[in-house]
Amino acid sequence: MIAIKSAFKTKAKTAAKTAAAPRLTSISRFNIAAISAGLAFLYLPIAILVLYSFNGSRSVAVWGGWSLRWYRELLHDSAMIEAAWTSLGLALFSASAATILGTLAALALTRIGRFRGRLPFSAMIYAPLVLPEVIIGLALLLLFVAVDFDRGFWATALAHTTLTLCFVAAIVQARLVDFDRSLEEAAMDLGCSPLRTFLTVTLPLIVPAIAAGWMLAFTLSLDDFVIASFTTGPGATTLPIRIYSQVRLGVKPETNAICTLMIAVVALIVVTASLLSKRYAMSGERAAALGAPM
Amino acid sequence: MSAPAADTPARPLAAAHPWSNWLIILVPYLWLFLFLLLPFLIVVKLSLSQTAVAQPPYSPVFDLAAGFAGIRSFFGALSLDNYRALFSDSLYIGSFLKSLEIALISTLLLIAAALPVAYGMSRAPRSWQPALVIAVMLPFWTAFLIRIYAWITILQREGLLNDLLLALRIVDQPVPMLASDGAVYVGIVYSYLPFMVLPIYAVLCKIDDSLLEAAADLGCPRWKTFWLVTFPLAWPGLAAGALICFIPIVGEFIIPDLLGNSRTQMIGQTLWTEFFANRDWPVASALAVALLCALLIPIVIVQRMQNETLGARR
Repeated sequence: MIAIKSAFKTKAKTAAKTAAAPRLTSISRFNIAAISAGLAFLYLPIAILVLYSFNGSRSVAVWGGWSLRWYRELLHDSAMIEAAWTSLGLALFSASAATILGTLAALALTRIGRFRGRLPFSAMIYAPLVLPEVIIGLALLLLFVAVDFDRGFWATALAHTTLTLCFVAAIVQARLVDFDRSLEEAAMDLGCSPLRTFLTVTLPLIVPAIAAGWMLAFTLSLDDFVIASFTTGPGATTLPIRIYSQVRLGVKPETNAICTLMIAVVALIVVTASLLSKRYAMSGERAAALGAPM
Repeated sequence: MSAPAADTPARPLAAAHPWSNWLIILVPYLWLFLFLLLPFLIVVKLSLSQTAVAQPPYSPVFDLAAGFAGIRSFFGALSLDNYRALFSDSLYIGSFLKSLEIALISTLLLIAAALPVAYGMSRAPRSWQPALVIAVMLPFWTAFLIRIYAWITILQREGLLNDLLLALRIVDQPVPMLASDGAVYVGIVYSYLPFMVLPIYAVLCKIDDSLLEAAADLGCPRWKTFWLVTFPLAWPGLAAGALICFIPIVGEFIIPDLLGNSRTQMIGQTLWTEFFANRDWPVASALAVALLCALLIPIVIVQRMQNETLGARR
């Protein structure tokens, strides 16, 4: 699946930080070539897609000059616009629900030592990170059919919440395990109630991870095609399902335009959130260091 | 209020309010039970059922109203027929083998592609490294579907790659590239590259430079140092990356559906066809259970690794 993104993002981050040994300063030509080739491979296809969304000509082979023609045509594609609203609503709801549930799950796994049923609990949280999506989609659909719950927006929202809460839990758990627990102990020793300790010490410290988790959940929900195609029904077509049915018919410049818009939205979210979380992380750490017994 | 003693592991939330602890555990636990475990039990149950021309399209249907006799006839009606069909039909076996083959080969290709990139990143100046990590991650926030679609634009008959090859006079007719295993491999390597690069990079970063300096001092050429020192030390990262890519690739649907040819299906596509086109829900469920069983061992290993990495930092 798309994204064990989370777990490895944090892992790689710490790795970059902890590599304390002095590096050989010169970087060889081979290494530069390897990095550039890798990045070119990753970015060229996306760059081409974005470029051709501004192509004035209908054919992919011909460059017909810069144009916003395909974006204008999108404005008249009411089915696509409706799908976009459905997807946004879905992503907003499931990301928010998943963030609450995932944070609770992470707290349960890290702050409440051992409890009966911890092993199946952590297994249930980590399984969806690697499980093929067709299996999750099929399983959830069969549940909804068995209890006679209508397929559509809400079924898909529940499905996305379930999938993405696992990613949120993984990110928040990594952060909870990482930070210095003596801060919490100090607050408790100084007479803070557990709730107050959580609100004034723990929460500010894990807010960046929670924000990153929400963001990841949002984009995962926005991107998902396989699970949604199992759980959705008539009247709740999501953007990826709409794009998929267009792509099956062949390459169309309108598809390039809507894909470019989706990339832009996701890029905007990622950049804002990373800026925000940086500021939060700083103020959070300072607050925790200075003002625990406030 | 009783503060935890300094030498016992502190569990602030556990110390005071047991009921709030239960709430913290119970809410996500119940959710996962209802929307993850229960659905899987239903899949298993359905894989033992038969197709029926009804709504829902399977029988038996669990009916509590019929009382004890109903429950007994329900269990009596379950059978292993779907699994027998699975193992006797070459279509299913074929697509299983095909999936394993594609997943295996593409995992090897991924290792070959990711190793130089990860190595280069780990040797880059320290100040570049965070930016490089972000640069590798970033494409993966964009939708899977969009990235595969981008490759259709490139690989199709009137696509950019054929235009380029024609313009350079390397070929004199467009080469059919889409709808082939080659296109599937390109799509998979493209989509999964970061999940291979980042774990390898993470272990390469931890390698002590003095080991490499010692090898160089003793007159070992660079490529040999790489092979004798770096590569063995990078094993844990390779293994992690390989497992994390292999498992979802086996069940991949979008990539073979959009880039592959329709003659040889991967198991995800077969499941899809059984479910949506043939409306044979019991066989689709049996396929899901079989796929899950095949992937169980790698999944358990991944969970172990996850728990260990988090445990080690505790």
